[in-house]
Order: sequence, then C-alpha cells, then structure tokens
Amino acid sequence: MRLRVTFSKQGPLRYTGHLDLHKIWERAARRANLPLTYSQGFHPHPQIQLAAALPLGFSSRCELVDLKLNETLPLEGLVDRLQAAVPAGLHILHVEEIDERAPALQTQVTAAEFEILLRDEIAPQSLTLRLQTVMESESLPRERRGKPYDLRPLIEALNLIEPGPENLPRLWMRLAAREGATGRPEEVLDVLGIPLESTRVERSCLIFK
Amino acid sequence: MLTPTEIQDKLDRILLKVTKPGRYVGGELNITVKDWNAAQTRVALVFPDIYDIGVSNVGLKILYDLINQREDALAERAYVPWTDMEALMRSNGIPLYGLETFHPLAAFDILAFSLPYETLYTNALNTLDLAGVPLRAAERDGRHPLIIAGGHSTMNPEPMSAFIDAFVIGEGEEVIQDMINVVQRVKGQRFNGEADLQSSTFDRDVMLKELARIPGVYVPRFYNVEYLEDGSVAAVSPCEPALPKTITKRMVAKLPPPPTKFIVPNIETVHNRATVEIMRGCTRGCRFCHAGMIVRPVRERPVDEVVAAAEEAIRNTGFEELALMSLSSSDYSQIVELVTKIGEKFSDRHLNVSLPSLRIESVSIDLMELLKDRRSGGFTLAPEAATERMRRIINKFIPDEDIINTTREIYRRGWVTLKLYFMIGHPSETLDDVRAIGELCKRVLAEGRKVIGYKARLNVGVSTFVPKSQTPFQWVPCDSVEQIKAKQNLLRDILKDRNIKLTLTHAEDTFLEALLSRGDRRIAEVIYAAWQAGAKFDAWNEGYRYDLWSAACAGQGLDPEFYTHRQRRVDEVFPWDHITAAVKKSYLFEDYRQSLEGITRIDCRQHCFACGILPTFKQVRRENPGGYWKCPEVKVRGEVLAAPGD
Repeated sequence: MRLRVTFSKQGPLRYTGHLDLHKIWERAARRANLPLTYSQGFHPHPQIQLAAALPLGFSSRCELVDLKLNETLPLEGLVDRLQAAVPAGLHILHVEEIDERAPALQTQVTAAEFEILLRDEIAPQSLTLRLQTVMESESLPRERRGKPYDLRPLIEALNLIEPGPENLPRLWMRLAAREGATGRPEEVLDVLGIPLESTRVERSCLIFK
Repeated sequence: MLTPTEIQDKLDRILLKVTKPGRYVGGELNITVKDWNAAQTRVALVFPDIYDIGVSNVGLKILYDLINQREDALAERAYVPWTDMEALMRSNGIPLYGLETFHPLAAFDILAFSLPYETLYTNALNTLDLAGVPLRAAERDGRHPLIIAGGHSTMNPEPMSAFIDAFVIGEGEEVIQDMINVVQRVKGQRFNGEADLQSSTFDRDVMLKELARIPGVYVPRFYNVEYLEDGSVAAVSPCEPALPKTITKRMVAKLPPPPTKFIVPNIETVHNRATVEIMRGCTRGCRFCHAGMIVRPVRERPVDEVVAAAEEAIRNTGFEELALMSLSSSDYSQIVELVTKIGEKFSDRHLNVSLPSLRIESVSIDLMELLKDRRSGGFTLAPEAATERMRRIINKFIPDEDIINTTREIYRRGWVTLKLYFMIGHPSETLDDVRAIGELCKRVLAEGRKVIGYKARLNVGVSTFVPKSQTPFQWVPCDSVEQIKAKQNLLRDILKDRNIKLTLTHAEDTFLEALLSRGDRRIAEVIYAAWQAGAKFDAWNEGYRYDLWSAACAGQGLDPEFYTHRQRRVDEVFPWDHITAAVKKSYLFEDYRQSLEGITRIDCRQHCFACGILPTFKQVRRENPGGYWKCPEVKVRGEVLAAPGD
C-alpha cells in the first residue's frame, strides 16, 4: 500500500536537510515497525518520496511524504504509531492511503506559500513601499549559481498579513514551485532588502496540480 | 553569563551561515532533557571533536545514561564546533553550551572530557577556552566547574596534567558515581535549588583532596615530579602521605547492562549505528596493542544479553546498522552461536551487521556469511606485519599460508574487495620487512585474480606504529619522520597496481602522536603553546600543523626526539609509572625482552602469564567466579591459585 503522511517540521528539525529527512523517515518506519518496500538491486533503498525540498532553516506545517509498504495496514491508529516513532519537531497531522499508481508527489507540486516573521524593526511605510515596488516591477533579473533568471514571474502573490508575536510584522508570499521554476523566499527577501537571518520562514501550504 | 534563551536567540541568527547547522541544535531522538533547577549536580560530557564523530561515542553514552538515571544529577553533551562555527561563536560572544538545555558549559558543576586519543588534546584546550573557563587547573577557583577526563590516552595523564583537575584511570561506570557523590558532599551545604546560573562556589582544594582519595582518581597537582640530569624522570611522589603512591585503574567486575537508547542524530554522521559491546578486553597479548594491555581482564556478555540488547537498540533507534563491538570478535567464546542468532533475528530487515576484528581463518568467512545476505562492502583482515619474524616480535603470529588461504577463500566466496591492515615501524623492523608487506599484498591479489579475475580489488591500509605507555613496547623508539617516509615510499613503489588502493598515515601525524603519547609534564606547556599558535583538530589532516608543533617544542627548550625517537633505559622511571592498569611493569619488561628473542606468548586463556591483573583484583575475582572472566579462578579461601610466579 502507499501511505501519504502530512506532517509539520519545526524546532531543531529546521536544521535537518532534505536527504537527512529521508533517513529520518526510514528510521521512523523501522521503529514504528512499518514494512517499507525496498527497491531491487545491489543497493536496495526504501521507497520514500518527499513532496518538495524545504530549504534549511525553514519550518513547515504542510510537508508531505509517501511511504510504500509491503503490506496493507488499517489506517486506524497509524497517526499515533508514527507520532511515537518520529523525533521531536515532527508532528503527524494526517495519514491517508493513496493509489499506488498515482504520479510521484514531487511532480505534482506547482506552488508553495510562505509566512515570514520579520524579527527586526522595519518602518511600516517603508515595508509597504518595498512590497509595492516588487509587485509593480515587470522583471527582477537575478542570478543564482551563476545562472541568470527572472524572479518576478515566480512571485505569484506577496503581501503583509496580521502581525506576529510582539507585534512583529509578517509577510505572506506564494511562489511558483514547478520543475525548473522554483521561487525562493530568501531571494524575495533579498530583493526586499531584508536579511534572511533576521526572519523566521515557515512554509504554510503546498499547492498541487 | 548568558541564559539559554539568549544563547538560542543568538544561535538562530548565525546557524544558517555555517555548514551542517544540525550539529549545534540538539533535539535528537532518545536524548534526556532534565529540569536544570531540579538537579543538584550538572555534568557536561564533552567529546572534543566535532558532533559528527562524537555523537556515536559509546563510552560517553554509558555515562550519559548512568548520570541521568540519578535523580539528583543531570548529564548533557557538548562537542567542538567546526572552525566556521567557532569563528561565528567567538565574534557573536556565544559560549559553548550543553546541547540539551543550552546552558553555557561554565554553568555546569563538572565538565567531563573523553580523551580516547592524544590528538584531541588541543581541542580539549579549545573547548575550555570556548566555554570561558581558565585553561590551567591552577588558575581555576570555586566559581569554575571541575574539569575531569578519562579514556585510553589518560593512561599517561602527564601531558594534560596542567589542564585537568582530576583524571579517571580505567573504566568509568562506577567511579563517576563516586566523583559525583564527592562533589555533592563538598558543595552540599551551598546548594539552594534556586535558578542560579553560576554554579555555587566551593573550596576547590577540599574537593580535590577528597577526589584524590577515590580509588582510580588521579589529581596531578598533589604529585611532584623530579627529573634526572638527562631529562628523564627521577621520581613521582605524592605531596601528602595519605595519598596513594600509585593510582590503580578502576575496573567493573561485570559489564553493566549495555545502553540501547542510542541518540539518533537528525543529520548524517560518521557512524550511524547501534553498538552492542559483546566483550571487553582481549587475551591475545599483541605487544603493540594499548587496549589489549590496559583493558584487562576479558569479560564477556552472555549471548542472550547481547541479542536482547541488539533487538532493543534497533527498536529504539531504527538504525540501519548494528555493530557488535569488541577488541577481537573471533575470541568471543560463543561467537558462532551469537552470530547465528543475530543473523536469524535480523535477516530481511535491511540491516547491516558489522563484526570488527576477525581472525585470519576460514571460520571468519562463515561468520560474515551468516550476517550478510550480500557481499557488499569489503572484508577486512589485519595481519599487521608481513614477515613471520616480525609477527613473532609483535606477538601476532599468523603463518603466511593462512593469510593466503583465507584471503583466496574470501574472494572465492564472492567478496570482490578485500581490505588488509598493516603497521610499519614495529621494533627492529628493516626495509626487508616493509618490502614483504608489498610482496604479500601482491600475492594476495594474484590469488584473488586466479579465482575471480581482474575484478578482484585490494585495499591496503598501512599505519605507523606509535609506542604507547603501559605496553611492552613502551621502551622502544618510534620511527623518525625520515624513516617513515622512506618505508612509505618503498610501499608506494611496490604497490603500483590499478586494483590496489594504498592508504598511508602521514608521517608527521605519527610524530605528534608519539610526542604526546609518552610525554611528561613538561609537554603540557608545548600543548599550550601549540594551541595558542592555532593548533586544533590535530586528528584531521587539514587541521594538523607540524611546523607549529616543532616550534612549540623549541619554544620550551625541549627536543621532541627525546620523547619520540629515543630508546629508553632498562631501568628508566617513566612519567606514567605512578599510574597502573594493574599490569606489572616487570611483566611488560619480560614481554618486551621475549619479543627481542622472537618468543611468542599464546592466548592467555590457555595459560596465565601472571600479568598482574589477578593479584590486584583477586577479591573481585573471588566474588565473580566462573566463565564471565577469562582469567583463571581464584580460590575462595587460601592463596591465589593461578598466577604462577606470584
């Protein structure tokens, strides 16, 4: 059977990257005694698919993983069984069974939404103005790993939302997350002149085809 | 002192600028986070290398569990930050902290260092500096944590004696409890249970005196060293008659239940595995082997205890690898039964079971076959030397034909890669002995090719022997850098084959290890000077700086060759002679003398050579009769039975 697990990733696990998260799921499955299906061949690996890589340092409340199992198990009680097996910082929100032939998770993502807490003081007018400038510009030429690209079409939405704790301002953005066209929150922040280390970024929603 | 919240807040702003920030945030599965204010004694267990290496250390895990099981104490962990993180911590004023609650190390009562090998010494100094604790023991007072250290390298504690308040000699399971009890008694009246970040002040001298009375604890400041004119030690003596002249190691009669709730890192580390210690000690008596001499007697865990612990450990961790640990797996008396049971339990579970240190015989291949469905990875054997003369000298006697037959069989049974470990620099080694290593490797590969053709591969690891304290070779010189390089060049010339991969240790690394291994108290100043000049991560090739260590020696007016490349006098008093692993110096010398004559000694389970363990621990042996120990029995009444010549 193929299980789809929705989970959040917070706290110290923000500093665990995509590949290491794979390993965390493999071990969690072994602790929870879930019979993972392994690939054939000389170096068998477990059939685990994560939806979209979450950049290091970001938290999320909308991560998805598909686990392929050798057996069919009742869904009842699985949330608790998985919760008991994962490290602090992962919270299991939902488990469902999906069609084994459904397309791979990572090919189905089209966009991602982020909430960003700005921890350092910024004048509200200045912030509004900066957002406006970004959204009104026709293109935002950038370079990443030596390759030029336009950031602007990757920004689907960008605005201020209700403030966070201590009345700190919060941004919300929806960025494209298609293959070969992924918008990165840190790039948007850079355009806005906000240093990444003064923020807290959380992925709040993944949007699928 | 910063509060945990302040530290976390500062960390948040720098972590994305460093490689692998997951090293610095804790939060792993199976950690124990206790209430800081509810613990009377707070211990930080420090492995002075990076997280990736330290987190899987089994010795510290044992202590972590033992301390955290006490209601009145807590244990946290600390590792050394990598250079990028260190720079940011220093520039942002972040002290080193415990990974469980983010309290600064300086707020703990005890900082306990694991020092398994000498090349961690500068990192230990750096740790103290990052913690904001004065490096020299003499400069610390009642406001500072007690600094203790244990581990194999502390069998010669003298080079680190200026920096460590108290050394643990031998096994730590029982003595750590004794030490915590003393710390509590001395600090006792001042403990008020309130949220006090500064550990309460106390009379350091009183505490150290009490600690020095615990068997197996060495407090260097209470011992004086006198030197002869030639620079060797004249005598080491306690400055008070109440203190022991000799500090004998601690040893646990029965191995306590093995830890099974291993910490599971959230990032990739060096060893991602659950480890079960199946046996402690080794009866083979290889003369070069430090562990084999200092970890006596041999104590074996029963098969069922190992199997149960392995199952529990995999259930608790989900690790993909299980390591059955000992100094010599083949010598575990029920090894076939153990491996069969483990194989049955864990087959089809995508688990890799590793069994280190197998003897060179076909039974080892059977054992590996029981554990592995696939022949992935290599098969490792350690002949150590390539001529029979040399093997007699080091007391690891294996005829050449056994090596050829066993390795041929390994290739025949489906392994494509074989790994062979050798050492150069054994006492009285000649270039012919070194050449023989190359010739033997070529023969092994030729045999492999006869069986499986040109896909046969051979990895050859050649390290350089460093004479260690408390071993039969403590009298011999270590090869000089020039000698080592000449021997290594010879091996490179002989082993030019695209299917042979030769790995050598750097000659300069050997020099440093040799300097620190048999150093005396004066070496402490060399370590300090080297650290000040920037030495750290000496165990890492990119970290180690030979020039800097040479300069540090020169600055102290010391000739490094006095320590590394000198044959010791027969009657020399060693800087570590007041420390004993309960193996007598006279026994070590006799063994050394026999090695010069090419006389080997058989496995001491078959014949006791009276190394000194039994007389020292005869009462313990009486209380623990039977096959758990591999030493002869001692009668309940009357004299020691077994130790001839005693």
